[in-house]
Amino acid sequence: MDFALTDEQRMLEETLSRLVADQVSAEQRRAMLAAAPEGASALWRTFAELGLLHMPFSEDVGGLGGDGTDLMIIMQALGRGLVPEHYLAGLVLPGQLLALTANSEQQKHWLTPLLEGKHQLAFAWQEYSTRYDAFTVSTQAKQQDGQWQLNGRKDVVLNLEAAAATLVTAQLESGKLGLFIVPTGAPGASSHLYRTIDDQAAGDLTLDKVTLPLAHCLSEDISDALAEVLALGRAAICAQAIGAMEEACDQTLAYLKERKQFGLPLSTFQALQHRMVDMHLHLEQSRSMAILAATSLTLPSSERDYKIAAAKAYCGESARFIAEQAIQLHGAMGMTEECYVANYAKHLVMFDHYLGDSDYHLETVSDLLSVA
Amino acid sequence: MNLTFSPEEQAFRAEVRHFLADALPSDISERVRLGRHLRADDHLRWQNTLSEQGWLASNWPKEHGGPGWGPVQRHIFDEECAAAHAPTVVPFGVNMVAPVIMKFGSIEQQQHYLPRILSNQDWWCQGYSEPGAGSDLAGLNTRAVRDGDHYIVNGQKTWTTLGQHANMLFCLVRTDPEAKKQAGISFLLIDMQTPGITVRPIITLDGAHEVNEIFLDNVRVPVENRVGEEGQGWTCAKFLLTHERTGIAGLGHAKQALRHLKSLASRVEHRGKPLLDLPSFRQRVVKAELELIALEVTNLRVIAAARDGGVPGAESSLLKVRGSELRQELSELTRRALGPAALPFFPDFLHGDASLDDERAQSASASAQYFNRRKLSIYGGSNEIQKSIVAKTILAM
Repeated sequence: MDFALTDEQRMLEETLSRLVADQVSAEQRRAMLAAAPEGASALWRTFAELGLLHMPFSEDVGGLGGDGTDLMIIMQALGRGLVPEHYLAGLVLPGQLLALTANSEQQKHWLTPLLEGKHQLAFAWQEYSTRYDAFTVSTQAKQQDGQWQLNGRKDVVLNLEAAAATLVTAQLESGKLGLFIVPTGAPGASSHLYRTIDDQAAGDLTLDKVTLPLAHCLSEDISDALAEVLALGRAAICAQAIGAMEEACDQTLAYLKERKQFGLPLSTFQALQHRMVDMHLHLEQSRSMAILAATSLTLPSSERDYKIAAAKAYCGESARFIAEQAIQLHGAMGMTEECYVANYAKHLVMFDHYLGDSDYHLETVSDLLSVA
Repeated sequence: MNLTFSPEEQAFRAEVRHFLADALPSDISERVRLGRHLRADDHLRWQNTLSEQGWLASNWPKEHGGPGWGPVQRHIFDEECAAAHAPTVVPFGVNMVAPVIMKFGSIEQQQHYLPRILSNQDWWCQGYSEPGAGSDLAGLNTRAVRDGDHYIVNGQKTWTTLGQHANMLFCLVRTDPEAKKQAGISFLLIDMQTPGITVRPIITLDGAHEVNEIFLDNVRVPVENRVGEEGQGWTCAKFLLTHERTGIAGLGHAKQALRHLKSLASRVEHRGKPLLDLPSFRQRVVKAELELIALEVTNLRVIAAARDGGVPGAESSLLKVRGSELRQELSELTRRALGPAALPFFPDFLHGDASLDDERAQSASASAQYFNRRKLSIYGGSNEIQKSIVAKTILAM
């Protein structure tokens, strides 16, 4: 049992904290969000220089072999700054899927440049009709004349615009779930781009008779790899939420100490002190859950999925609590776009809508509940 | 980071489990399991067994006769004890006054009192709260006036747990009414046989005689029974509040309560199916399970920090708040699980030695325990006080 970080991990944490503090202030973030996506951003190039793009991948595929704790450190730092870069959706999730499924030729073509920062990818698994269930999809893929043909629609695909290609799950005639790589601009593939309410670049991807060469099929049975990558994504996004919760708590506390009413700082009112402490309690309990998730990635799949579902369900509810309290304690200021904490509040509420919400994950915990 | 116990720690757990299976008398564990009150003799029998094993003073260093365990071993020991339905060691001697005597007491006091605690010769109780000093403990009014080589003590203490069995009382008294609130307080050790002491029972809403009020009427206490300097009592009291509170969440008890709840709710039927399958009930059990998982990891974080030389301070407030809330929720769900069977009340069985048929005995304590567990968020510094401590010490508000 050890919660301490190694020297390398502490260095990683310090480097990232400094980077985020220096380069992702409120103003800088607004500028990043306003900029048109043209190739890799300066920040992404810095990520590449720091080795962050190699960090979470195993040495077998040319990565640095970082573990769940390393990923937690990175995601937490990114969450603290609400960093707009799609580290998880554009790199980690599609990259891990490639690492688990792609042959060496496919890896050379798609994974190597991803780790080198030469392109980004996206991962399209979600469809409105099945909400958060990644294993039941209506997008179809069938093989004919030595090619694959894909039909269907994927919703809220993060990083769709910046991606050189998108990994798409589709139902096969075999009854299994397949995974395909669809290059951006492939005939028949059209994107409807937008931002989510918490400022993430996303889009819906419609596939109308998209034909792909056989080499673009990464797997004809993606189930186990998909479960593994979703578990990783959920652990990672919990860590990201911890960073955002920390920052929302810090900003709220600072505001309570600074803002005066009735001639006194708000922080002297007991009703507000106890609300602030409740936020802190939610944060610390959620941090424990995020640690649990980060250290569960290598467990046998049912144990892993149970613990990660528990963590995601718990963090989802805590994040909403902290977001709502942050707005409430900022008073009317918390309702404005100008107030920076509002951005955190939006992300923390919407966090529950990424990779399965509390209800979805509570059901998993409920199904796997052990009764001695 | 990793959350697994080392092979040595796992071996230690097995050793504790084996010992408990061997040495814990079944009549005692059965009383604990059924939520019945323990007689003084039950406590003593078990504590003597622990003492012989060298495990009574689980938080003492070896030099004073403790096992020299670290926080991780203590945690494992507590968990296994709760799982085996072992009685909780009466904490007032071994866990509360002893660390104060070790830290602030004279060599003579250490040599006299510590061995007597280890051998269960003395049964200690706590004289902190007063009718006018609850959360505002430093507002206490019990006066000690110096008269030669004695103090004359007058006043009233209350909420004294198991004081009816005790022969020794550690007590906060006001020695200097002129000094600033905290500065005028001293820490006295008082023999309960001294003339002028009256113990009166307080019956709590669950019908139990667990707490007492103590009246002190011109009680003569030798000056040598003062721990630390005159006016240093508040320092002793504060030390106690931060000393080794890594177990304050009651994690072992919460785990045992959840195991019992899940087992109960899968046996109790609702419309021909296990109650645990009723969505609204199952949802609350699942949420309690999540809270327990989070609390366990938080507790392990605090334990690991203590093991690595940190001093758990305000983090223990967090454990106390969330631990007490969870245990209260579990007692609520256990009571609800029983449905109408939670209504009958058999105080002579629960708090005395009357017998009861097995079926009724199984469900007899749930409601009484629910009411008893309300104390968890009140004693040891109410949860509201804990939140104010966090606001002040962690958040600097």
